[in-house]
Parts: sequence; structure tokens; C-alpha cells
Amino acid sequence: MHEMSLCEGVLQILESEAKRQHFTKVKTVWLEIGTMSGVDIEAMRFCFDVIVRHSLADGARLEIIEVPAQAWCLDCAQTVTVQQRYDACPQCGSYQLQVTSGEEMRIKELEVE
Amino acid sequence: MCTVCGCGEGEVKIEGQPQRHTLIRGLQPAPEHSHGHTHDYGQGAAHAHAPGMTQSRMVQIEQDILGKNNQYAAQNRQWLAERSILALNLVSSPGSGKTTLLTETLTRLQGIVPMAVVEGDQQTSNDADRIRATGVPALQINTGKGCHLDAHMVGHALESLPIEQGGILFIENVGNLVCPAAFDLGEAHKVVILSVTEGEDKPIKYPDMFHAADLMILNKVDLLPYLRFDVAKCEEYARRVNPSIQILHVSATSGEGMEGWLDWLQQQRLGRTDTILP
Repeated sequence: MHEMSLCEGVLQILESEAKRQHFTKVKTVWLEIGTMSGVDIEAMRFCFDVIVRHSLADGARLEIIEVPAQAWCLDCAQTVTVQQRYDACPQCGSYQLQVTSGEEMRIKELEVE
Repeated sequence: MCTVCGCGEGEVKIEGQPQRHTLIRGLQPAPEHSHGHTHDYGQGAAHAHAPGMTQSRMVQIEQDILGKNNQYAAQNRQWLAERSILALNLVSSPGSGKTTLLTETLTRLQGIVPMAVVEGDQQTSNDADRIRATGVPALQINTGKGCHLDAHMVGHALESLPIEQGGILFIENVGNLVCPAAFDLGEAHKVVILSVTEGEDKPIKYPDMFHAADLMILNKVDLLPYLRFDVAKCEEYARRVNPSIQILHVSATSGEGMEGWLDWLQQQRLGRTDTILP
């Protein structure tokens, strides 16, 4: 359940950005979460609502953009889409894959007042 | 968790003492506190809006959620590098034999290599007590409800743990094959320990951890004759999620394979020190 820590990380960033960019209320938060980041989206939503209570983001809407995982296949020398870390290359069946995207955990943008 | 920085003040305990901030407005920073981080409680009036003038706007952030942890990890890594200390983050499920492997390692290397241990558990100082019984300095972090160590906790531990130049710092993480994968502590390598009394498919059940690790220690191999554990299959699974993972077979109890592990440690250590080693 490290989603709780991640949501605390999100709130910290919101609080420091509020000072830097002069806003007092956060209405919507857009997160980019890779399908291979190990984050459970439903747990993230649950924790977010709990963590932001009585903060500048109380009641804020959480929008999650899922980023599909892609990997570079060393044997095919091309980028392929994968679902899991243990997937073989869908083209050639090799496990010599280097994940190139899908590990993201980022705050992309905010709607603020 | 601390509501100011989320660092777990009040819940995280280091050696049974609540983790305290030494940089609070109005107080002089304690000289031993090396993070130099402050908590801003927000000076001045809140940004005021006239009634009816509030307007939503979009703000681009593009920040990594773990950015703060990663900053602390970078500070820890630099602190360790300045002292040529090899830091290893030991991760596994509960009961894989991490602490026994560690006490065996400490006993064999004592007097040859300076060492220190950070122990992470939700509660009790049992593991740190076991480590100290070997004569090696250990510091216990209790994460309270937390499921992993983070770089901020380890940074605080580094302030008070005596560790010599050119030594090895073992960080025994909370027994958990999920959450610690995501948190960089500033270590040189994550070492995942899998005991043969667990399933051989753990590398694909918990792929993130085996992907994050550079070395897998297959522990308790003295028990293999009594188990139906397919070693080749386990290694194949581990290499599926991490083609470059190194694998060692060890039994901390019987001593089998310990030489290989100690050699690996020395190689990693030689790789990072430029001083003459004993």
C-alpha cells in the first residue's frame, strides 16, 4: 500500500506549487501513471481522497492518465508494447526487453483557483 | 505521518525515539542535521480573491511524484560516495532469512571490513539487537504503519550511525516484495533475497522488485533436497523480468555459497574505493 505515501508526495508538491505559483485551491489533478509503475489506480483514488481532506485540494477531482508500457527488444531492435514485466517480445518471443515507458508516476497538470 | 512533509514524524521511530525535525522556524538548526531541509509553514496572508473574481486556471506541473524521495536519495548517495561507502538495500518477503544472512556476513567480515547496519521493521528492535550481538553498529528504524523505508528516514539514520570510510552499509528493508521497489534510498544496489521455501514463481509474481534488484540471492539452498523447488525455473523467471540480474545460491545456516556472496561484496567494494584496502 505505498499509494498512501505517493498521495502524500502529491500533496507535498501541490502545497509547494501553491506557494510558488500563487493559488489557494486545487480543483483537479491530472496524474500520469504507467501501467508498469506498480501503482494500483483504485488504491490511488481511495488514498487521494483521504489524504487531501482538509487541505488545499479537499474535494479535488483526480484524473489518471494511464501510460501504456513499451519496451525495446534487443533482438528485434524495435519498440514493442508489453503488458507485464515478464512478458516476452510479442514479435520474436525474446525476454531481452528494456522497458522504455510505463514506469511513470508524474503530476502532469492542475486546475486551480 | 507528519502532515508538514509526510516524513512520518510521530510514527517513524529511530531507535525508539520519534523522528524529530531539527529545523523548525525560530529554532537554530542542530549542527549534526545534514539535510538542511526546512518546513515552510506559509508566511503572510493567503492569496486573497475579491468575491466573484475567482477563476480557474490550468497549471503545468510535470513533476515526478517521487521527486522528493529521489532528492533525498541523491543526497544520501553523495554522502556515501564522499566516504567510499558501499550501501546495499536488502529486500525480500518476511522470513526469507535476511537477518540470518546478515549476521553470518557480519561475523565473517568483521575485523576485515568496517560495516554498519540500518534495520527497517514496522515494530520492535529485535533485528537490530541481533545485529548488535555480532558487535557491528546497528540502528533500528520502526516505520510504524509504513510498508517501506524511504530516503528521508535513511538520511536521518546516516547522521547518527558510526560508519567508517570505505566500509559497507547494509540497509535491511521492511520485509515486503512490493513497496520498497519504488523507493530509492541512495544505495549502490538492491539485493533481493528469495528463500527456496517460497515459490519459484515469486520473480514473476512480484516482478517490480526483481526488476529493480541487481543481485538475487537464492537462500536456504541446504533445504532443497526436502522441497519441490525448481531452481532452473526460478532463475528463468528472474531473468525474464531482469535479463541482467546476477544470481547466487547461498545457505546462511550451513555456510554453503557464502564465499561467493562475500566475494561479490568485495568486488563491489573494490569498484567504489580508491583507497588501499586491508
